[in-house]
Parts: sequence; structure tokens; C-alpha cells
Amino acid sequence: MDKNETLYEALANLDGYIYPNEIALNWDLLIVMYPYVTGLVAGAFILASLNRVFDIKALRPTYEISLLTALSFMLVATMPLITHLGQPWRFYEMLVTPHLTSAMAIFGFVYLWYLMVVLLLEIWFDYRYDMVIWSQQKKGFMRFVYKVLCLWVFETSPKSRKTDEKIGYFITVVGIPSAFLLHGYVGFIFGSIKANPWWSTVMMPVIFIFSAMVSGIALVMFIYMGVSYLRKQKPDMLALDTIAKYLLYILIIDFTLESLDQIHRIYEADESFDILKILVRGKLFFTFFIMQIGVGVIIPVVTLGIMQFKNPREKIRRIIYWIISICVLVGIFYMRWNVVIGGQLFSKSFYGFTSYKVNLIGGADVWLSVLWFVVPFIILAILLWLLPPWKKAEELED
Amino acid sequence: MVSLLNPLKMVYATKRPKGKGKWYGIGIDIEKCIGCASCARVCKVENNVPNEPFYFRNWVEQYTITNDDEIIVSSPNGGIDGFTQPVPDEEIYKTFFVPKMCNHCAKSPCTQVCPVGASFESPEGIALVDQNYCIGCGYCLQACPYGCRYVDYDKGVIDKCTLCYHRIKKDLDPACMMACPTEARIYGDLNDKKSAISQFIKDNNCAVLKPQLNTESKLFYNDLSQEVH
Repeated sequence: MDKNETLYEALANLDGYIYPNEIALNWDLLIVMYPYVTGLVAGAFILASLNRVFDIKALRPTYEISLLTALSFMLVATMPLITHLGQPWRFYEMLVTPHLTSAMAIFGFVYLWYLMVVLLLEIWFDYRYDMVIWSQQKKGFMRFVYKVLCLWVFETSPKSRKTDEKIGYFITVVGIPSAFLLHGYVGFIFGSIKANPWWSTVMMPVIFIFSAMVSGIALVMFIYMGVSYLRKQKPDMLALDTIAKYLLYILIIDFTLESLDQIHRIYEADESFDILKILVRGKLFFTFFIMQIGVGVIIPVVTLGIMQFKNPREKIRRIIYWIISICVLVGIFYMRWNVVIGGQLFSKSFYGFTSYKVNLIGGADVWLSVLWFVVPFIILAILLWLLPPWKKAEELED
Repeated sequence: MVSLLNPLKMVYATKRPKGKGKWYGIGIDIEKCIGCASCARVCKVENNVPNEPFYFRNWVEQYTITNDDEIIVSSPNGGIDGFTQPVPDEEIYKTFFVPKMCNHCAKSPCTQVCPVGASFESPEGIALVDQNYCIGCGYCLQACPYGCRYVDYDKGVIDKCTLCYHRIKKDLDPACMMACPTEARIYGDLNDKKSAISQFIKDNNCAVLKPQLNTESKLFYNDLSQEVH
């Protein structure tokens, strides 16, 4: 559909009065995907760090999968933003001439820090010894590939492995605040917009951090079960149960923070309150109450809560975890939707609403959004093939 | 480096220059506006703004407050198509027109958030966009509290009111000021206390839109009702 045609349709469906330039809802589905994908990265990494730094041994089977998941999603995290730009080929300007008063300008640097310094280094140190071994075992092209990945460092002594371990630990320690920074920062991009009362809250970065953890943990849970299924292996139930426990705890914290934010808005009831009330009860009713809170919070919290007291047998638990992880992933997607799209549905005049319809057939934003969600899974499949966690050497005894 | 030592300098992209130089402000007298929307019409022509009713650098809103305290706002095609009054006279408490345009804020949130600095403030205090540099991310559009920016989808960049910078630099008045038949609009140098705008602010009971946001708007309205956002 032609852009103007879409706008005329939105114009015909206006509700009340909005500034004429607001009819076009500029930040579309792609910008919903941006915090969603970035959140998955941060969450997956934090789950990995629970094992490494906080020494939660039950999570060991998911450590590498968490890291590789974080990397796969990280590699495409900027793509929704870039493909949304009116001038995508100018994206590098943000890196070469950043405007330092802008929250968005720093994203490139936060991203590079996290990708290059945290994720790649941690994965490299974690796999270095194994890659050396694989480079010796493999033949032909793959031998060359592993040699390149080792960066021609072929040291395999126990001392070198100890050093890898120490450096890896140190990077994870640096990585935890970095993961918080990455997604807290994305929250700040929205939370610092004082023109928009739906976004402008100091809670936004904190809510983003916790929702990121929730979504990342659910994603790793989903992927771990998926990978185990494809490998025809039984997933480690202790690991799954532990992940589920953390998912429940963080979901409760996340929901508490979001509720606190809403309660604060309701009690303060400033000038924007009336329009936001109509927004939430009307245009966001389905996505907010049903999808974000119902599917994304209540179903998982109640189910996981009950499971803390009454534990069904393994097979049932696996099915429940599978469903819960999908529920949480869907719920957090709608949370991003409610922030990004919801924040643009009402007019800054506070007198009306515009509309946003996902154009499923011809909408470039829809296809690109699907693409940027599918590509990380393809990258992950390649990474798991190249760096299979199940073929790693035994860890050194302390 | 200096700005690193002074975080407040990093927060605001723009700052009113001290001393010499012009610092433009705009005044709109709501009492004088008759809602003809000549300003909106002439702006589209002067600045090649697309004709579709979603792109405006300048528009006029009609406010009607009924005896039941209902507030009705409209701006059909930015006022260019003319206004109608659906509320019968006897039910109207008050009605008036409010012309809108960029507020050219001194602490403009739009220039603050631009990730590449393509949105910037001229030395005269006019918020401008360098379209050869703009990446079209739309962050400024989200940050503007007044809805004054739009995406030029053909160019993939942001567009907005320039206070007819190309005319001002030649000592010509902005097109909207020229077109207003009732002289409801004025502009001038806020640094010159004898300028028309300084006198306008002095002689009238002026207010800015959304003062609580502390954008230091330089668009001053005389007789601004509290219903106007």
C-alpha cells in the first residue's frame, strides 16, 4: 500500500483531534523489534553470567547456549534500527559524527563495546582450548576455519586453560553491568523523551532491564529445549527447573516495577492522565491487558508459582516450560509494542488518537521485522554447528 | 572536553548566545487571528511542503468550548480547507483560532536528541534541519512536544519550519508573517528590547505552550487559553 494511501486511511479513522503531523505514526513495527531483540541479548547474557559469576552450577548446561544466543541476536540488533532509517546508508554518521547530547548517538558505542569487548571475547576465551583441539582434529577447510578462529594461538597447557578461565570470569564480571547498560540505555532512549508522557518515566530503563532479563531467560529456555529435542537428547531437568525458578522471580520483580510505574501515574494523575487512561482502556486494551499482562505475566507467574509447590512429572514439566517460554516471549513483545506503538497512538495535544494497522501483506516493516527475528536463529544454528557446546572438552578440575 | 567537565552543557544542544547577535522570537495574537489559514497555505507554497494533509510547517487550530465545558478542536487540512462550526451559537461558551508552528525553543528537545547533529539551532536561535545530513531516524519528531516536525517520505528525511530562514537572511519577512491579513503574527529580535517582538511581549499578557516542559519556547501567544496544548 502506498504511504499516502495508508495515511489517508489513518486520517479517516482519527479519534478526536491530533496535530496534523502526528497522523503518520513514524516509529513502526521495526522500532518495536529494536528493544525486543536487544532485550533478548541482554537477558540471555545475564542468564549465562548467573552460572559463571554467581556460580549457579545447575545452569551449566545452558551456559554456552546462552552466550551463543546472545551473540546471534546481538549481530542483528542494530538492523531493525538501520532498516527503519529514512536514509539507511547514512547510518555510519552516528558512529563517525555522534551528537553527544543525544541518547541515541551513544547506542553504536554501547553496542560495539558489548559485542566486541564482552560477547566476542567471552565466547573466544570460553572456546579457545576447544577450537585448538578441533583445529587439530578436523581436516581441510574446517581445520583452516578453526585455526582462524583460534587467531593462531595453539596453546593447550593446563596453565593456559586456567588463564582462559580467569580472563573469561573477569569479562563476565564486566559483562553484567554492560548488559544492564545496554538495555537500560535502550530504556533511556524512550524514558528521556519528556514530550511523551507515556514514555517519560525514570522507571523506564529499570523496567527495560528486568523485562530484558525475563525475555532473554525465556528465550534460552525455549532454545535449550528446542536444541535438545533436535539432538534427540533429554534436556537437563535440573537446569530447566532452575531457569524456571529464576524466570518466576524476575517476572515478579518486573511486574512489580511495571505496576509501580502505573500506580504512580494513576495516583499522580497529571495532565496526561485522562488521555492515557482512554488509551490503555481502549486502543491498548488487547495488547496491554490480554497479551502483555494476561499472557506475558499472569499465566507464567501462576503456573510457575504453582509448580514451586506441586511438581508434575518430567514430561509434563517440559511441555509447561515450553508453553511458558513462548507466553513470556509473546508477552514481552507486546510490552515493547505497548511502549513504542502505544506511545505514538495518542496526540501530544492530549485531545485524540491516531491509529496503526500492521500491514501484513505489503508492509515492508512487517517483512523486515520477521526477517530480523528469523536471522538470529539461522546465525545460532551456524554457531551451534561451528561451536557445539556438547563437544567441548571436560572442564579442568579446580 | 570542557563539556565533559560540565554535564549541563552536554545535556542541552543549544544555548542562547550572550551579548551581540540576533535571537529571534515569534509572537501570535490569538485575539487577532480570524482563522483564514493564509499562513498555512502560503507556507506550503513558499517551502514546497507536500500538499497532502499530513505535512505541515504551519497550521491553524479551531477551539470551541461549549457551555457544557466540552472542548472541541479541529484543523481540517491544517485549516487550509476552511473551518465550519458544528456547535450552534447558543451552545458555545467561547471559540477562537490558534495558529501553530515550530516554537524554535531555546532548549529545543528536538536538536538535543538528534543522534548526528543534523537538527541544529542557527546562531539566531532558529531550529533547522540539514537534510543532506539527516539520517531520518525520527527521534526529533518524537521529542518535539508540539508536533511540528514531519517525515518527508520522498527524501527520507525530516522537515520543519525554518522561520523562512532563506528569506530572513535577505531581510525579508517569513512568508506566514507576510500573508497574515490581520497582523496577528510578528517576529523579531528578542535581544533588541525595542523590537516589535520585545514590545509585544511587554505590552501583552503572553504565554508559551507547555511551559512545564521547560523548552524555553520562543513562540509567545497573547491571550492563550489554558485549553490549548
